[in-house]
Amino acid sequence: MTTATTSTTQPGRRSGREPLLAVEDLRVTFGSRTSRTVTAVDGVSFDVAPGETVGLVGESGCGKSVTSLAVMGLLPARGAQVAGSVRFDGEELLTLSPQRMAEKRGAEMAMIFQDPLSSLNPVVPIGVQVTEVLERHRGMKGGAARKRATYLLERVGIPDPTRRLSDYAHQLSGGMRQRALIAMALACEPRLLIADEPTTALDVTIQAQILALLNELVSESGTALVMITHDLGVVAGLCSTVNVLYAGRVVERADRHPLFATPRHPYTGGLLASIPRLDEERGRRLVPVPGSVADNIPWEEGCAFAPRCPNAGDRCEAETPALVPDRGVRDPRLLRCHYPLAGDRTEEDA
Amino acid sequence: MTSTAVGTDILLEARNLKVHFPIKRGIVLDRTVGYVYAVDGVGLRIRRGETYGLVGESGCGKSTLGRALLRLEPLTDGEVHFDGTDLSGLKGGKLRQQRRHMQMVFQDPLGSLDPRQTVEQLLLEGMRAHGLTKGRDVRARLVELMEQVGLPRAALTKYPHEFSGGQRQRVGIARALSVEPQLLIADEPVSALDVSVQAQVINLMEDLQEDLGLTYLVIAHDLAVVRHISDRIGVMYLGAIVEEADADSLYEVPLHPYTRALMSAVPIPDPTVEDTREQILLAGDLPSPADPPSGCRFHTRCPWRQPTRCDDERPELRVPDVAAVATGAGDARPHRVACHWAEEIFRGEITPKRVTATDTVALETDGLGPVAEHPSPPEADEDVPPVHGG
Repeated sequence: MTTATTSTTQPGRRSGREPLLAVEDLRVTFGSRTSRTVTAVDGVSFDVAPGETVGLVGESGCGKSVTSLAVMGLLPARGAQVAGSVRFDGEELLTLSPQRMAEKRGAEMAMIFQDPLSSLNPVVPIGVQVTEVLERHRGMKGGAARKRATYLLERVGIPDPTRRLSDYAHQLSGGMRQRALIAMALACEPRLLIADEPTTALDVTIQAQILALLNELVSESGTALVMITHDLGVVAGLCSTVNVLYAGRVVERADRHPLFATPRHPYTGGLLASIPRLDEERGRRLVPVPGSVADNIPWEEGCAFAPRCPNAGDRCEAETPALVPDRGVRDPRLLRCHYPLAGDRTEEDA
Repeated sequence: MTSTAVGTDILLEARNLKVHFPIKRGIVLDRTVGYVYAVDGVGLRIRRGETYGLVGESGCGKSTLGRALLRLEPLTDGEVHFDGTDLSGLKGGKLRQQRRHMQMVFQDPLGSLDPRQTVEQLLLEGMRAHGLTKGRDVRARLVELMEQVGLPRAALTKYPHEFSGGQRQRVGIARALSVEPQLLIADEPVSALDVSVQAQVINLMEDLQEDLGLTYLVIAHDLAVVRHISDRIGVMYLGAIVEEADADSLYEVPLHPYTRALMSAVPIPDPTVEDTREQILLAGDLPSPADPPSGCRFHTRCPWRQPTRCDDERPELRVPDVAAVATGAGDARPHRVACHWAEEIFRGEITPKRVTATDTVALETDGLGPVAEHPSPPEADEDVPPVHGG
C-alpha cells in the first residue's frame, strides 16, 4: 500500500505533524551510587503530536507512571536519576531550571492522576484550587478567576458549578473529584495532558463519562494526550498509537488497529488472550501469562520477559532484543522480540 | 462455569433480605438519625454447583449482601437458608458450624491474611477451629491444598508478604478451601491483580469448581469477568437486584436500562468494535443509599424514564412479557427484571434521552454536540496505514 521504503519511520508520527512532545531514550534510576539501584525506565522513546492520543500500556512495575513523572519533572531530585531527553515543543525539559519547569507545569502541560482524593487538597475548597492555577499562571484575579473556574467546572460536567466552588474534595463523589481534577488540569488550556490511570478508581459508567470527556477535549481543542493505563479496553477506544511497556522498556509500538488485530510481541498477545471480553462467546478458557514480574531476568542478560514467554527460544536469555522496525507486518511497527507471534505479511508482500 | 454439573437443588436462598445500617448522631444520646439502605429487599437462589455472579458499581450493596449471606452483617429483615438450614435464627456455635460450609475469598489477599502467620499456621487455624485436624494426616492435607491451588510445597513455611499478588490470592483460596466448604463467596477475587495474573486465578477457580463440586457466588464490578465465569447473573443497583438472568440471556437481551447502560460502558479491547460501539451515557452519579430515590431507584439517571410510575412506584422483580427470554417454565430459570417499562423499551416503543459527555448541565455556548455514539478519535476514519516520510 504505502511505499515500504521508509519503514524505519515510527508509527504514530504522521506526516506534516511535528511532535509536541518528544521523549528520547529516557532512563530513570532510583537509588544512590552506594546502594543497589533500580532502573524503572530503561530507554523509553515516544512522540506525541497535537490532537493525538498516545497510550502507554503495561502492568504495575512496567515504568509507565515513572515515565510520566519524569516528563513532568515531578521526580525527586535526590534519589532519582533521570537521563535521556524530553523535548516539549523543541525545548529540552530535563535541563530546565526548576523555576522554568514550574512555569510550564499547569500552564502548558498538565497531569491527571489516578486517585483524585489524594491529588486534591482536602482543606481547600475546589474553587480555590482551580482559581489558584489561574492566578499563578494567568495572573487572573478575584471575580474573573472565579468566573473562569465556574466555566471550567461546568465544562467538565459538574452540575451546579457555582455552588460546587465552595465544596471540599470529600463532599464530591469519585467521578466529580476526577472531573474537578480535570478542570484544574485544563484551567490554562495546556497543550499536553498526561492522564495516569484517570479512570481506574472509577466505576465503569463514570469511566465512560470521563473517557468521552477526554476524547472530546482532544478532538476539539487539539490537546496532545498521553494516556497511561493497564486497561486494553480503554486503549482500544482512545489511543491512536499504543506503546506496550514491559519492565521499563517499550516492547511493541503500533497504531491501535493493527496492534489489536495482529499483536506481535508475545506479551501483547498474552495480555489480549488473558482477559475475558464482554462480547465473546462464553466457555473460552482464558490463557494466562504464566508467572509474574518477579520471574523477570535483567534486560542486560536477554529479554526480561523470556522466563514467562511461551515463545522463548535459545536467543532470548542470551541476547538482548532491540526495538527495531518490524518487517513481519504491513503496518509500520516497532518490536523488541527475537521470536514474535505470526504477522500479517507474507513472502509476496515483502 | 460448567453448567453440566449444576443440579436443580437450591444450596443457598435469600428471601427479602435487608441490611440497614443506622446513622448515629450525638455523643451522649447516640440518636439514630437515619439508615443506610445497603441491601433493601433482595431475594436470590443459588443452585448447587453453579456460579452466581453479582455485579454492580461501588455502593450498590453487593459486598454487604455477600457478607450478609454469611451472617457477617446483622440482618435487618429477611431469611437466609443454606442447604435447608435457616441461618437467620442461628447463633454462636451453631452458626460457626454452618460457616464451615460457606467460606469467603476477599479482594485484598494481603489485607485478609495475618502477616505474622506462615501459610501453614493460617491454614491450620481454621482447620483446628472446625476440628478437622484430629485423627488425620494434617501434613498430607496441607500439601494437598497447596497442590490444589498451584503453589509449591515450600510455600507452607512462608509469610504472606513473600508472595506476589496472584500467589497471595492462591493462599487466600487455599485458606477458604482448608475447611472443605460447599460454597465460596468471592468478593472481587481478581480486581486487585494485574491483568495477566487475573486469568491464572479465574482458571484456578474454574478448575477447583470442577474438581471439588464447589458452588460460587462471585461478587465483582467487572462485567466481562462476571459474564465469563458465571452461569447466572444478578445486576444490583442501590441495594436491590434490578435484573437477573442466565449469563447469555443477560448479555443478549438486557432488559433493564441500567444493565444496558452498564454493558454499553464496558470497553472492549478491540478498536474495530470500539469505533462503532454505541454507548448509553448515564447522567450524574449513584444517589446516596441513605436517601434512595422514591419509586424506581434508577429513575434519577434513567434515559428511558417515563412521566408515570417511575417516580412513585417501586418496580418488582418480575418475568417480563418478552418472547425472547426464558419465563421459568420447566427446568430453565426465568429472566427477571425490575422495570415498569421493560416490554416497551425492548420493543423500542420508548426511546432514550441522549446524554452528553458534559451533561447534567446544559451548555448553551461551546458548541458541544450530543455524544450519541462512542466518540471516535480524530484519525479513526483512517483505515489505511498512515503515509510516512515522503
